[in-house]
Amino acid sequence: MQVFVESVGLLGPGLSGWPASRPVLTGVAPYVPGEVPLPSPDALPAAERRRTGLEVRLALNAGLDALVRSARPPETLASVFTSCCGEGHAIHQICEALATAERVVSPTSFHNSVHNAPAGYWSIAQRSQAPSTSLCCFEWSFNAGLLEACAYCLTEARPVLLISYDLPYPEPVHAVWPMTGTLGAALLLAPRATSASFARLDVQTETDARAPTRMQDPALEALRSGNPTGRALPLLRALAGPAPERLVLEYLTDSAALVTVTPC
Amino acid sequence: MKPLTLSAFTLTTSLGIGLRAHIDALRSGRSGLARCAFESARLDTWVGQVPDARLAPINEELAAFDCRNNRLAQLALAQDDFLQAVAQARNRYGARRIGLFVGTSTSGLFQTELAYRHRDALSGALPSGFNYAATHNTFSLGGFVRARLGLQGPAAVVSTACSSSAKAFGSAARMIAAGLCDAAVVGGADSLCLTTLYGFTSLELLSSAPCRPFDIERSGISIGEGAGFALLERSEEHESAGTVQLLGVGESNDAHHMSAPHPEGVGARGAMDQALTSAGLTARDIDYINLHGTATRSNDAAEDKAVYALFGSSTACSSTKGATGHLLGAAGIAEAVICALAMGERFMPGSVNTRRVDPSLRVRYLLDNATHAPRRVMSNSFGFGGSNCSLVFGRVQ
Repeated sequence: MQVFVESVGLLGPGLSGWPASRPVLTGVAPYVPGEVPLPSPDALPAAERRRTGLEVRLALNAGLDALVRSARPPETLASVFTSCCGEGHAIHQICEALATAERVVSPTSFHNSVHNAPAGYWSIAQRSQAPSTSLCCFEWSFNAGLLEACAYCLTEARPVLLISYDLPYPEPVHAVWPMTGTLGAALLLAPRATSASFARLDVQTETDARAPTRMQDPALEALRSGNPTGRALPLLRALAGPAPERLVLEYLTDSAALVTVTPC
Repeated sequence: MKPLTLSAFTLTTSLGIGLRAHIDALRSGRSGLARCAFESARLDTWVGQVPDARLAPINEELAAFDCRNNRLAQLALAQDDFLQAVAQARNRYGARRIGLFVGTSTSGLFQTELAYRHRDALSGALPSGFNYAATHNTFSLGGFVRARLGLQGPAAVVSTACSSSAKAFGSAARMIAAGLCDAAVVGGADSLCLTTLYGFTSLELLSSAPCRPFDIERSGISIGEGAGFALLERSEEHESAGTVQLLGVGESNDAHHMSAPHPEGVGARGAMDQALTSAGLTARDIDYINLHGTATRSNDAAEDKAVYALFGSSTACSSTKGATGHLLGAAGIAEAVICALAMGERFMPGSVNTRRVDPSLRVRYLLDNATHAPRRVMSNSFGFGGSNCSLVFGRVQ
C-alpha cells in the first residue's frame, strides 16, 4: 500500500509537538523527558470540554498538532483512532464504584469509558460527520491503525487522519499492566502526492515475526517498547530525517509490517 | 464496493444457540428477555442472557483468555459448522491470507469488575490470577478468536460502542479490497457486565420492562448478550442462488453528543445514504430495514426521521431488539445474521414486544412477521460517540 504523509502530530514526555520533536528524534538535539501538558481543547464546546478525560485530551491534542500544519478542512477528514488500553481512567472509576455497595456509576464516566470516546469528542470538536473508526490490537494497535488508515485512504480515495494514543492505567491495573509514559501520535495520510506531502510510505505486512527497528537513544527506546503508541517512534524518526529508510514495525506475535519511508 | 460473499455465518444470543434456534424464535415471535438475574445485579430491568451453564470455560492452551466474553465467543464459534467452514477457507487461502476483524464494546471487562471486589485490603492490589491483557483488554476477543480459528492474517478489534461489529464488516471489506487478505472472519461478541447495566441505569436509559422499540410507550433499552461470526470472501461473478452477499457499507459520525443521537438523525441518514451509494443501489431497491431501534425515546425518534427522509413510508422496517435485547457491540453482527436469515427463510421479522407504534413515527414499522421475501436489506447500528454504520446485504436470486 502506498500513501503520502502530509502532516505529523506528536505529544509525549519531552516531545512537545512535531516541530520541536524532529531534532530530538533524529538525535540533533538531546532527548529530555518531561511532563506532558494535557489541556482540554478549546475547539470543544464548554460542556464537552469539562467532561474530557486524560486519554481524550491526549488523542485530541496529538491530532490537533497534525492539523495545525495542514490546509485541509478538518471536518472533511476521515479518521482512524487506535489505542491499546483505551479509556483506563474512566474504566477505573466505574470498577471502583461497582465494588462498593451502592454501585453509583457516574454517567460521564460511563460515556467516557467507550473505546471510541476520543473519536466522539473529535467529531464534535471538528463538527465532522466524516467516517471514523476506533481500533484496538493490544500492543500492536499503532500498526493495526496504520494498516486500517492506509487501506481506507486507498480504497475510499480520500485523506485520513490516524491518531494513536496510550497512557498508563491508574493503579491497581497499572501494577499488572505497566506502561511507560504518555504518548499520542498522529499522521495525516493522503492517497496521492500533493504539494503538502513530504514523504511516501510503502506499507506491507510480513507473515513472519521479525526483529523490529529500534530507537538508538535508550530513553526513546524505553518509550518505544514500553508504550504501545511508542511503536510509532521509528517511523516518526524516519519522517523527521532527510534520508529514505526501511523499517520493521511489530505486528501481532506472528507477523510484522514493513514500511519504506521515501522523502518527496 | 465489490460484493463479498458470506460463505458461512452463525449467531448465539438469548434466543438460542446457533441459527436454527434463531429462525424458530423469530418465526414464532419469541423474546429471549427475562427479568434481570445476572450475577449480583439488583436492577429493575430485563436482560437477554445466554444461560451461564452453556458458557463453558476456555481450556488448555487458550485458558489465559478465559472470561465470559470469550466463553460466549467460543460457544458461538462451535455452532453451524462455522469452525469447519473456516478450516476449509484456511486450506484454500492459507491461514496468513485470512484476516480477523471483530467488534466488542466491553470485551472481558466483567473480569476486572470482579477483580476490583477482591483487592488486597492493605496494598489495593488486584488478585494474583487477574490477567488484564488476555481478558479485559479490548483486543482479548480478537486474540482469542484468531488463535481459536488458527488464523494468521491481519487482525484488529473495532470498538465503537454499539456500532462495533457492524463496522468490522467495513474494515474487512477494505482490507480485502486493498489486498492485505483474501478472506476475513468478521463478527463480534459482547457479554453482560455490571458496567453496562449500571452505566445505562445512570443515564436513565434502561427500561424496567422488556424493551418495546418504536412503541408509543417505549421507555428505554433492555441489554442483551450475544456473539456472531461470518466468513467473508470475494464473490464470484455469478454466485449461486441463495448466496448472501455484503453489498454496501456506510459509516458516519453525528458530531453532536457523546451519548445522545442527533435529534434529526443527520449522521444516521448519512450512513444509510453512503451504504446505498457503496452498494450502487437506491432506496427503492431495499425491501427491509433492520433498524437500530433501541426503544429509547430519542433513538427511535431520530432514526425514524432519518429513515423516513430516505425511504419514506413504503419500506418495511423493524427492530429485533425486543427479541434479543440490545447486544451493544455485538448488535451489528447479530442483526446482519438476522437479515441473512430473513432473506433465506423468506420472511421479514416483526417487532417483538411492540404493541402500538408511536403515531408520531412515520416509517412502515412491522409489528408482525411479514411473509414477503426480502431480496435486499439494510441493517443499521448506531453507537455512543455518534458512531453510525449501515450495511446492505443481498441474496442472489
